[in-house]
Amino acid sequence: MSIAITSPQLKENAAEALKDAQLQEALAKVGPGFIGKRAAAAAAMPEFDALRDSARDIKNHTLAHLDLYLERFEEKVREAGGHVHYAVDAADARAIITDICKRLSAKTVTKGKSMISEEIGLNDHLEAQGIIPVETDLGEYLIQIRHETPSHIIAPAIHLNKRQVEADFRRVHTDLPADRDLTEPTSLLAEARGELRQKFLVADVGITGANFLIAETGTSVLVTNEGNGDLTQTLPKAHIVLASLEKLVPTLEDATQLLRVLARSATGQDMSVYTTFSTGPRRPQDGDGPGEYHVVLLDNGRSAMLEGELREMLRCIRCGACMNHCPVYHAIGGHAYGWVYPGPMGSVLTPSLIGVEKGANLPNASTFCGRCEEVCPVRIPLPKLMRHWREKEFERHLTPAPQRYGLKVWSFFATRGWLYRPATRLAMAALSLLGRSKGRFSSLPLAGGWTKYRDFPAPEGDTFQAQWRARKASSRSNAA
Amino acid sequence: MSTSRDIVLASVRRSLGVTSGEAPRRQAVDDRLKGHPAGVVPARGQLAPAERLALFKDKVVAAAATLDHLPSTAEVPGAIAAYLRARNLPATLLRGADPRLAALPWQNEPQLDVWIGPSDGRQLVGLSHALGGVAESGTLVLLSGPDNPTTLNFLPDHHLVVVDARDVAGDYETLWTRIRALFPEGPLPREVNWITGPSRSADIEQTLLLGAHGPRSLHVLLVGEAG
Repeated sequence: MSIAITSPQLKENAAEALKDAQLQEALAKVGPGFIGKRAAAAAAMPEFDALRDSARDIKNHTLAHLDLYLERFEEKVREAGGHVHYAVDAADARAIITDICKRLSAKTVTKGKSMISEEIGLNDHLEAQGIIPVETDLGEYLIQIRHETPSHIIAPAIHLNKRQVEADFRRVHTDLPADRDLTEPTSLLAEARGELRQKFLVADVGITGANFLIAETGTSVLVTNEGNGDLTQTLPKAHIVLASLEKLVPTLEDATQLLRVLARSATGQDMSVYTTFSTGPRRPQDGDGPGEYHVVLLDNGRSAMLEGELREMLRCIRCGACMNHCPVYHAIGGHAYGWVYPGPMGSVLTPSLIGVEKGANLPNASTFCGRCEEVCPVRIPLPKLMRHWREKEFERHLTPAPQRYGLKVWSFFATRGWLYRPATRLAMAALSLLGRSKGRFSSLPLAGGWTKYRDFPAPEGDTFQAQWRARKASSRSNAA
Repeated sequence: MSTSRDIVLASVRRSLGVTSGEAPRRQAVDDRLKGHPAGVVPARGQLAPAERLALFKDKVVAAAATLDHLPSTAEVPGAIAAYLRARNLPATLLRGADPRLAALPWQNEPQLDVWIGPSDGRQLVGLSHALGGVAESGTLVLLSGPDNPTTLNFLPDHHLVVVDARDVAGDYETLWTRIRALFPEGPLPREVNWITGPSRSADIEQTLLLGAHGPRSLHVLLVGEAG
């Protein structure tokens, strides 16, 4: 389904999410599940950090030459009998896809998981044109039948539990016996497999995303664990690949370098189960495969990101490691971010794609702990880019007035050391004295936002700067 | 009227501050495409043939596939019949017309009902021949073509794959070199499939379950010794 933007209501969304006991139960599993698996996979590959450098360099090189690689990709797709369509924006991409579906008199289309499809609101548009889209990735299927949006870029239904899935299957699969046992995930998976198998076999068009596009050979690369992407692209009359410009890489070897870091960063696998390199439509002698192969190349604001520091964000390979390691994502989940892309990567990408006016809140949802940058397989400096958007927000007067005044007062002091030092020393000494008995404050003037949820620890007497000076002085005297 | 293509490419060039006419940029792109540098190739797969094959077998099993290591192709039909019996499956399978599969001594297992062609979803067992394997991750590499229908890889519940031990490489790059040599004038086959274990999903409560949409079981028939 297409997404109503609620990013400006991030605070309200987050408050709702924190109160949602079921969601909190699901989110509690995100960190323990993903973090350990990635860490183990990284530790088992001594070259992992060298591969990350290599992945970063490949993406930087490609982005710097993107126009030329796009032209080369296009030429190679055509040579293999396929078609390339450029789409300036979401409406353009939707129209291209609908035209292909209508020309083929498509009634149903199967779909592999694609965040770009969410970004352009493709499913609602197809339905409005009388074409039935069927999501085939299990997680995407679950949220489609619930009329929800993905809450994670690689685990779209991570916010659900098996009881909810059971209830939805009973509601939607009404042709099956009412007394069937659906208590275990295995029976839920078997039922989804049965339902979707029929849809795969009758679909007229298959739409997938792409993890990479290879300029050398005009190939699209799709990675799945379920095999749904392969059934989606192999069985129908036409395969439409929907991908954004920055998916380009130069060669088969370059794609291979990136694949070595993708699954490890995402799920901790050495390699996902199915990595499929598709080039053109079925050949005259082939016994199966789609008769048409189309690639829709979506810009939708990305070409503008090539200018300036946001270019680094276009290296993203959508592994999800940043959100898997993000304390804020762990607390509020993906839906609170209010659009397609959640977590740290979403906080940088969303303002770029929907505008800083609507997306400005997201980069504020960060503690700048830096874990996202530490685990990013293509070394995107996510905290730095979030700071970029915070500065833009401030420059464009989007920050609320009390915050602006607060920051002005602080910066007045902070840029005048002769004033800042005595003022903070005085404040810390006063707080230390006041909080001496309990060691903490349960309420403080001007800090209600903090103390409403937790105590504020009482300072121990000195400012950080004073302690630092004292420590340096003592280490100097020790050394002497 | 400018097309979407013109608009997008012009916007890319404007942001990059380039015109597309710069010779050094074109040269950098041509060099990369011609030279296709391998980058960082992990030491893990760079082993002597016997160790490489042992790593491949370990990794295949670690990916939740099963494996029979057979002395020669003569044993393949028997191993398939045993696999089907052990799982109470009907003695029937579907395979591609691949000459390497056609040459197997099927007459040794007369009760096996062997069909040839793409799958329409009604077959329980599909048999393919891999171009090779990758020891680094226990990955099989298959090519689509008239004799190797892609549907066999994905529709049957059980996917059986024959791979020659001499075709098991340490890394993916070795297989790309072989594929480039097979199709020097391009294009690549419609599909190059890397398969690492059977289909799975962890979309319900992050519980990993096998047999999502593709095969529930992947069985590798590894033939001969490393060469």
